Amino acid sequence: MGALNAIVLVSLLYVALLFGVAFAADRAAARGRGTWLRSPIVYTLSLSIYCTAWTFYGAVGFAARSGLEYLTIYLGPTLVMIGWWWTLRKMVRVGRSQRITSIADLISSRFGKSNALAVFVTILAVIGSTPYIALQLQSVTISFAAFAAVDPTHTGEISETGVALWVAFGLMVFTILFGTRNLDANERHHGLVMAIALEAVVKLCALLAVGIFVVWGLAGGVEETLSRIDESAIARWEVPGSRWVGLTLLSAAAFMCLPRMFQVMVVENEDEAHLRTASWAFPTYVMLMSLFVVPIAAVGLDLSPAGANPDLFVLTLPLVNGQEGLAVLSFLGGFSSATSMVIVAAIALSTMVSNHVVMPVWLWMTGGSAVISGDVRTVAIRARRLSIMVILFLGYLYFRVSGGGAALAAIGLISFVGVAQFLPALLGGLFWRGANRRGALAGLAVGFAVWMYSLFLPSFGASAVMPQGVLENGLMGLSWLRPQALFGAQGMDPVIHAFMWSLSLNIVVFAVVSLVSFPQPVERLQGAQFVNVFDHSTPSGGWTGGLAQSEDLMIMAQRIMGAQEAQALFAEAAREQGVSGYLPEPTPDFLGRLERSLAGSVGAATAHAMISQIVGGASVSVQDLMAVADETAQIMEYSSQLEMKTEEQARTARQLRQANEKLTQISVQKDAFLSQISHELRTPMTSIRAFSEILRDGAGIRPDEQSRYASIIHDEAVRLTRLLDDLLDLSVLENAQIVLNLQEGTLGPLLDRAEVAAGLSEGEMAVRRDARADQIRLHTDTDRLAQVFINLMSNARKYCDAAEPRLDIRVAERDGMLQVDFIDNGNGIPAGQQGTVFEKFSRVSENKAGGAGLGLAICREIMARLGGGIEYLPGQAGGAFRVYLPAVQGAAVEAAQ
Amino acid sequence: MSPERGHVFLARRAYFQRRLMDAARLLPVLGAGMFVLPLLWKSGEGARTVVVMFYIFLSWSALIGLGWIVSRRLSGPETADPAGAKGDADEQVRVSREG
Amino acid sequence: MGKTVLLIEDEQNIIEAVSFILSRDGWEVKTHANGQNAMEAVRAREPDVVILDVMLPGKSGFDILSEIRAEAQFASLPVLMLSARGQAKDLEMAERAGANRYMTKPFSNAEVLDAVRALVPS
Repeated sequence: MGALNAIVLVSLLYVALLFGVAFAADRAAARGRGTWLRSPIVYTLSLSIYCTAWTFYGAVGFAARSGLEYLTIYLGPTLVMIGWWWTLRKMVRVGRSQRITSIADLISSRFGKSNALAVFVTILAVIGSTPYIALQLQSVTISFAAFAAVDPTHTGEISETGVALWVAFGLMVFTILFGTRNLDANERHHGLVMAIALEAVVKLCALLAVGIFVVWGLAGGVEETLSRIDESAIARWEVPGSRWVGLTLLSAAAFMCLPRMFQVMVVENEDEAHLRTASWAFPTYVMLMSLFVVPIAAVGLDLSPAGANPDLFVLTLPLVNGQEGLAVLSFLGGFSSATSMVIVAAIALSTMVSNHVVMPVWLWMTGGSAVISGDVRTVAIRARRLSIMVILFLGYLYFRVSGGGAALAAIGLISFVGVAQFLPALLGGLFWRGANRRGALAGLAVGFAVWMYSLFLPSFGASAVMPQGVLENGLMGLSWLRPQALFGAQGMDPVIHAFMWSLSLNIVVFAVVSLVSFPQPVERLQGAQFVNVFDHSTPSGGWTGGLAQSEDLMIMAQRIMGAQEAQALFAEAAREQGVSGYLPEPTPDFLGRLERSLAGSVGAATAHAMISQIVGGASVSVQDLMAVADETAQIMEYSSQLEMKTEEQARTARQLRQANEKLTQISVQKDAFLSQISHELRTPMTSIRAFSEILRDGAGIRPDEQSRYASIIHDEAVRLTRLLDDLLDLSVLENAQIVLNLQEGTLGPLLDRAEVAAGLSEGEMAVRRDARADQIRLHTDTDRLAQVFINLMSNARKYCDAAEPRLDIRVAERDGMLQVDFIDNGNGIPAGQQGTVFEKFSRVSENKAGGAGLGLAICREIMARLGGGIEYLPGQAGGAFRVYLPAVQGAAVEAAQ
Repeated sequence: MSPERGHVFLARRAYFQRRLMDAARLLPVLGAGMFVLPLLWKSGEGARTVVVMFYIFLSWSALIGLGWIVSRRLSGPETADPAGAKGDADEQVRVSREG
Repeated sequence: MGKTVLLIEDEQNIIEAVSFILSRDGWEVKTHANGQNAMEAVRAREPDVVILDVMLPGKSGFDILSEIRAEAQFASLPVLMLSARGQAKDLEMAERAGANRYMTKPFSNAEVLDAVRALVPS
């Protein structure tokens, strides 16, 4: 078997191992085991995606060309990590408290949840990252080619584009499998992080092993290695000061701004204390990564034939010297560097694209109705998967189009300068309360434009994208607009030149526009939240939801978070407010909480937009504005105490109001009780009396009329009896005189029986039932339970006003309770009447004929006797009732068998 | 232990915590200083790569060591240390005035 | 040609019974089964007398009566109200709304017939 086949096999095995590790870690996390998954070491290792294939292979090439200059790429991040107390600590805290999903989300969230800003950052990030992804594909491809070159059994060219295509495809599958399992981008991807940590170990070991082999195996010891360095072309320390300082600053900036770094550092952060460990452990990691780079470069230059690609020394030195095992390890190191970068970058970018581009467009296209009727959850997951595919395809396309040449190798630093444009908005947003949205947008736009003009476009080579004339004489012949010598800054290194101009202009414009423009209230509020994140981790406010419709909010929340989670959130909030049922008052507090929960799934800007579609415009209360104005902690504290008191009063008032409303309603109902009962009794009696008089008088009645009238009398008498039965039943239930006839049963047959009794089997209303439900065992008074089911079903049959009436029966078990939901597709019960629907003689609407309005009252009493309950579920497709009762232990297990 | 001694002990801890925070802030400044130092050696023929390499890796290790000590001693803002928490709050008033 | 009675009542059996009784006596009986559009029915049928139930779906009998009385041409149209609620205040409300006669269900057939005859002298 040739070396090429071996390496293909090894990489396939390695990929299988990664899948296994990711899968096992996901399983362990799902079962709540594996606290080691959350160790600070794993966090530190996951940060190592900073070291891509560009640094794994490229650092040696970099060193072979420019000596120690490559160190700047590691020194910048080292300083950032060592200085974690300044910036990263704040970034992570803000990210966690605001449930930030990406760097675009952070910037947009800080500047008033502006979607324009989010879209802009997203586009910039995609443009900046695509070439970088292409670079990774290229590195894997050329490392395959290096093996092919020494493989005697292999003849002919290896298809570079073919390899790149397969690699891109494999990465896509991996990323989609382990990166889009949960909608909530804020949830940690344990499997993925674990796989990346493993890859981090592999690449470090690989580089150290090659280094040790080169120093002690090839050069013959430390002394000999040092003398070889002294004899090599890079013996002298000749790094220009501007490049040394500039590149250190650049890499420090990029380290904070790269979308993939933000993903692992902030979004995947499990615990703020991990940063403490990473602050020294990550510098150690990168120091070890760079330890042997110069020796490898010097020995490689010495031993390799002239013209050999120094970027591949890490691979070719062991390979040429017959160390195939080491070469394979080295290959895996490079492979790991490339794959982990691409995976995390794809996740970070896809979150941004789907949250800030696809979702808003989709919301806009479907109008406000989408919030209520569309399935946001599925759309968001699909959008994320699709974005991953598109991003990887773009990377592949860039690789194809650029031809994988030397132009690609320079793209690492060019990419860095691109993402470094986020820095002013990011740091300004974290530390300067005066920074505002217009400033951020303007600064980013200017920085981005300068980067494009002075670095990105010229990087394709003269005349490729930018005409030669512009490059030499400047735009429109203005010499001070020459892309690589802006404002007469001649003779500078192009990267440093572009970095300096783009960032300085970015900062100046950002600061000036922020100073002269006035921010919106939401921005000021968010600004205070971000800058003073350590003072008060109180949630960000901003909503006064007097107009908000809780039910609409619930419908929307269910679409995004899933029905169970949304119901739990709403019920919890309602309970805290002292309100019964599922619909809390839309207080600013609750809306803020809801918004952050939604933001975890769809990003801050989208969540904000969705809520404002329902609440009707973002509004900030006077208190909130006062809070913004209050500068000192003392006043903050004082006002928060006041707020607490006000809140308490408001809650009491709310409870009183609710109690009062209920009393009034009950009194009106009591009054109506007599009228009602009179009406219900007198109406059948009227018919009975009238027809019996007709029959008695006898004159001129045909025989068919006679029998008809007799049967009317009979029917009305039955109606009267039923009414009396109901009244008696209710009175017995209410006085707790009922004797329960407990027996074993199964849910399925009970529902069947109820369907027949309620007349649903006649087929005018479709019934959809959970097949799993049929086997659930019951231990209860089955006759009484059936009575409840019959009542709910016949109500659905009578009142569902859909053109094609349908009844869904869903069964779930939760907290030891068996829940049976009856949901029809009609208009449901209007919000105002949901509270009284279980009261006696309460009828949903006067104009709907039917029973006496005792059915649901009886159901409520029965369910209370059975140890459960019945409630109306707001925010479903139509009328919806939930019946719950204590579940039989192990009923579900039995059902599964 | 008398209450007074306990109080002195806590105040001193809080004091050290504050100084450690200062140290944590100063570390990157120190690092930056150490890393640009070789630029001053460039006079004449220029220094040997080997020497600069040794210098950089040694100062790098020293910086990591210091970082390790500081981060280990520094109790986080969320640890339940009343004196530390008070000191922290004190510190933040200052920060927020800057903002 | 007999005189016309408009019966506004939602209970099907009562409609049938009252229609039978009145038509046997020579009246032409027209019916309307809900509270909505009751006014339109009155205008369209131009009855000689109206029998009006109180608890109607859509609109209460009292409201309908007020609407009838609000139009000049019907100011003196005889109206007999039927109610199943049997409360004293209903009688008051019926009088105030302008009913000529008020009866509580269940009624005897002869009572209804007499009432209608009395309201429309032939």
